[in-house]
This record gives sequence, C-alpha cells and structure tokens, in this order.
Amino acid sequence: MTAASPSVAAAGPTARRRAAAFTDRWLLKLFTVAAIGYLMVPILVMIVFSFNKPEGKFNFVWAQFSLDAWASPLNRPGLSDALWTSILVAIVGTFFATILGTLIALALVRYRFRGRNATNLFIFVPMATPEIVLGASLLTIFVSTATLEPFKSIIPSGIFYPLGLPTIIIAHIMFNISYVVVTVKARIQGFDRHLEEAAMDLGANEWTTFWKVTFPLIRPGIVAAALLAFSLSIDDFIVTNFTSGLVNTFPVWVWGTIRNNLPPQVHVIGTAIFLIAVGGVAIATWLQSRGGRTVAMRPR
Amino acid sequence: MRLFRSRAAIPYLLMAPGLLWLLLFFIVPNVQMLVFSLSEGTLRTGFTTPPDVWDVENYTGSISKFSGNFSNSIVYGGLATILCFLIGYPLAYAIAFKGGRWKNLLLFMVIAPFFTSFLIRTISWKIILGNDGPVLAVVRDFLHLVPANFSIIGSPLAVVGGLTYQFLPFMVLPLYVSIEKVDRRLIEAAQDLYAGPWRRGGMIAGAIFGAFALVALQVGLGYGAFIGEDAAPAAVAAAALVGAIGGGLVGAFLISQSFIRVTFPLSLPGVFAASILTFIPAIGDYVNPQLLGSPKTQMVGNVIQGRFLDQNDYPIAAALAFLLMAGILLAIFLYAKLLGTEELTGGTA
Repeated sequence: MTAASPSVAAAGPTARRRAAAFTDRWLLKLFTVAAIGYLMVPILVMIVFSFNKPEGKFNFVWAQFSLDAWASPLNRPGLSDALWTSILVAIVGTFFATILGTLIALALVRYRFRGRNATNLFIFVPMATPEIVLGASLLTIFVSTATLEPFKSIIPSGIFYPLGLPTIIIAHIMFNISYVVVTVKARIQGFDRHLEEAAMDLGANEWTTFWKVTFPLIRPGIVAAALLAFSLSIDDFIVTNFTSGLVNTFPVWVWGTIRNNLPPQVHVIGTAIFLIAVGGVAIATWLQSRGGRTVAMRPR
Repeated sequence: MRLFRSRAAIPYLLMAPGLLWLLLFFIVPNVQMLVFSLSEGTLRTGFTTPPDVWDVENYTGSISKFSGNFSNSIVYGGLATILCFLIGYPLAYAIAFKGGRWKNLLLFMVIAPFFTSFLIRTISWKIILGNDGPVLAVVRDFLHLVPANFSIIGSPLAVVGGLTYQFLPFMVLPLYVSIEKVDRRLIEAAQDLYAGPWRRGGMIAGAIFGAFALVALQVGLGYGAFIGEDAAPAAVAAAALVGAIGGGLVGAFLISQSFIRVTFPLSLPGVFAASILTFIPAIGDYVNPQLLGSPKTQMVGNVIQGRFLDQNDYPIAAALAFLLMAGILLAIFLYAKLLGTEELTGGTA
C-alpha cells in the first residue's frame, strides 16, 4: 500500500522506486480484482445453477444444462404465493418506511433542536441490533398481545396474533426506517439552503417552496433510500422468519423447502430478483446523473 | 423556511410518526423481551411474568448450558471480522485511493451481493464448498492436499467462510467512507518530509500480526481436531511461521511510513466502526451455521431461533436474545464514549 508520488520515488534508490511502482500498479489492482471476484462468485453460481437440471431433489451438484426451470419458474407448490407476498410486503413496507424515514431525516438535517444527537444515536441502534433480536423481540410483543395483560385488553385480538401479513409489514417498516434516514440524510447534507430562501424571496410560500424547490433537490436521496429499503425488504429472511407465522415470503419459503428439497426454481427467482434489482439501480443512477446536471448543488 | 424555523415544534412533528413507530415496534418489544426473559411458562400454559416471578435462572442456567454456543458465536464472529478486515481494508483503500473512474462501479460491486437473497448466497457457498463442489474437486481430487474423506461443509471453516462472505460489505463500506475522507495533502506532506517505505518496523509488525492471525484462525477453526492432538503443536508452530513470513513480507514491502503514520491512524475510527458493524450481525447469525455447519458448530442464534420458533420456550430464548442485545449495546456505548458517534451514525453535520 505504498502511495505513489514523485517525492517518494525521488527520495529512494531505483530498486525501491521500482518496487513501489510495481506494488502500486499491480499488486493492489490484482488484490482488488480478486476480492471483487470473491464477492461475485456466489452470484455467478446462483445464475449458473438456475440452468441446471439436478439429478436428485437438491440443486447442489451440476448435472446438465436445461432451461426447464426458467420455462416454469413458479411451478412449485406455494412458491408463487410466497413470491407475491414478498413483492407486496416490499412495496408497502418501502412506501411507509420511506415517508417516515424521510421526515426524520429532514428534521435532523434542517433543524437544530434539543435531543438531536440523541435521536441520531437512537436511529442508529436498530441498524446495529442483530436481526435475530429485532425479530425475536417483535415475536414476543405480538405473542403478548394475545396472552398477556395489559396488551391483551388494550389491543383487539387478531391484529397482531396470529402472525401474518400485517406483522411482516410492520417489521419491515421498522427495520427500514433507520436505513432510509441515514441514506436521505447523507443526501440532504449537500443541499444549498439559499435556494429555498431565494424561492421565498421571490414570493413562494412554504408549501410551494417545499414542492418546487426542496423536494426536487432531495428526490435523488429519497429514490436511493427507497431502492435500498426495497432490496432489504424483498430479501429479508431473519426478521421475517420470526414475524411471518404461517405466511411465506420467498426467503421463508426457501428456508422451509430446503429441509426436503431445493428446486432450481429457487435459483431462477433469485437470478430474476438480482437482475431486476441491478437494472433498477442502473436506471436510478442514470436518472440521477441526468438530474444532477440540471440541479444546482453547492459543492461540499 | 424562515417561518418554519421560528416554530420549535416543527422538527418534533416531522419526526413523531417515525419515532413513534420505532418506539412501538423496537423499544416496547425489547422491553417486553426483557420481561419475558424473567418469566416462566410456555405458550400453551401461559406465562407468569414479573413482578410475580423473577426467574433469573433463565440467565444463569442458559449461560452455562449454552456456553458452547456463545463461544462459537464469539470465536466465529471474531474470526470472520478479522478476515473481513484483512480483505476489506486493502479493498476499501484501493477503491478510495486508486478507484478513479471505476470507483462507483467498484462500490456497486461491493454491494451487489445484497441484491440476491442472503439465503441463496449461503446456498451458493454450500454448492461451492460441497463434497462434490469445485473447491474439493481441485484440493482433494486433483492436488490431493487433503484426505478423501475430508469435507469442508460441517466444519467451522465453512461457517467462518460463509460469515466472512456475508458481512464483507458491512466492513468495506464504512472503511471506504473513512479512508476516502483522509486528506491527501497530509500524505503528500509526509512524503515531502521523507516518509518512505517502512522496512524494519513493517517487517516486525507484519510478522507479529501475520503469525497471530494465522494461529488465531487455526485454533479458532479447531484444525487440531482434524489432524489429531499430537500434531497440533507442530501445526500451530507452522501456522505461526507461515503467518510471520507472509505478514513480514507484506509489512516490509507494501506498507509505507506515510500509510502507517498518516492514512491508517486517520482511518482508525472507521476501522472500529466497521468492525462493530461486521461483528454484530455475524455473532447473531443462524443461517450460516445451519446451512454450512454441523450440530457442533451451532451458534447462539441457532439456539434462539430453535427455542423461539420450534420449541416455543420463550423465557430461555428471550434471555439469550437479551444477553446478545446487552452485549451489543455495551459495545456501542463503549465505542461512543471512546470515539464519539460521528462514524457510527453517518455524521451529525
């Protein structure tokens, strides 16, 4: 990790300079390529094994190339329902988490108020909590609403227990809020407040200023946050496993099925979700880079 | 928004719905979990809760009963964090300092694994490391480095490998952010002041660190059990030697004084933040030990999930989950006391 700079080279003898140049040019590059490759390998394996026709019940060993699973990607009992549940949960959860999180982020960046630092730390704690604790604690509260006072008399039975779609969505909104706050906050921090003042000086009221100036400026941050929330939501397993009861999302369905079999359809749907997610991010990035040129952002 | 700013209530109103949600579905559940952890009973018989009982036995009993799972969690989580750091720091450094126009693409590739399900990524490792998989095909069948009955799946190695993979992005991203922030002019200043390669110091530090890392890895993975107790001391010595030589070479040739005196210290808060953010999800995981491990390699997460979801033994499970939570809160608290909250919470601006 020698930093290349003419001044180093000038200070040292030729051999050292060469070693430094070599290190700089190749070793770190090679390492980077290897590390990125390591990150990509399981994804490639997933894609490759979506084209496998396994010999047994488990798609663990390569047998032969086949498009069967791609031709009937939902042809497993319960898989289609689970996938739609996942998509529904991700859409509803993302929608609410994005709104709630963006409001918090606006408050944290735009205003100076008592308890601001405490709120920042408080927002961080759910992100730092292991998912198993998030899921387990939600399970205890949901069970409590059916079994324990005072919850039993306050909360009508049937809302939180038995577990199901509502509890999954509640959980997903909860764990996504913090991620939305952090993502949107990072965006708003580069934001030029003079633009709002200019709009107000030109006679716009607060409402108009917000929708015509503020919102368009922070929209890229909100889009990025929503994308992150959606991808966290659609792939979530651990929290969902604790809060889903008898309802399956796609990952929970996979967890249930893997005890008995693992059809290549799992890899097909995994691949499809991956490609859609990557496509979504690519489009969002493109839109943002287009928007970035027309929007005046003060350099940090 | 001048008018808005004059009204002190506005930020609180903006935050109210989100914070209320977190209060109801994060704070209250954790308090309730604490209550459960001191209770008695099952889902069928109903629960007796404090103040009627204070069943501290849930804690004392489960700590001793599941000490193996706790130590697995800490050892595997710790090793995975060390491995993530060894892979993640050079990667984050390369992206931050040498990324150039590839920077965004590289960062995107670091988070690309998040676009596939956590479960499917783990299943991919089961395929790769499996008895009929490509790794053993090379190491066992082609190179004959390991005996024919050798398998990776089921061993601590597979679990630590899986954890390392899953949580590497958690290490790289915070490291990237903090390395990126390092002022380049300081490095140039150091070089102008004759900061050169770090030969002798680098060799010694690298050797010590390398030896320590490899021995920790070997002991943590229980490699001694594979080769028999008699050969274990020799294997530890060999690991220390290999680690020392490797670390010494890296330290002597690749690490410059400007890196060790300027870049690394300035990125240190990021190193701690990234380590916490990697270690926490790693010790709480139960998917990797379940899919890649064996009954011997179960972590505390497996016990919690089994007690909660299969056996409905809520008090014990809640006690275990709460111990996990308490340890993590302690870690965050210590970090915040020592280094402030800036790096962890993404800045307060």
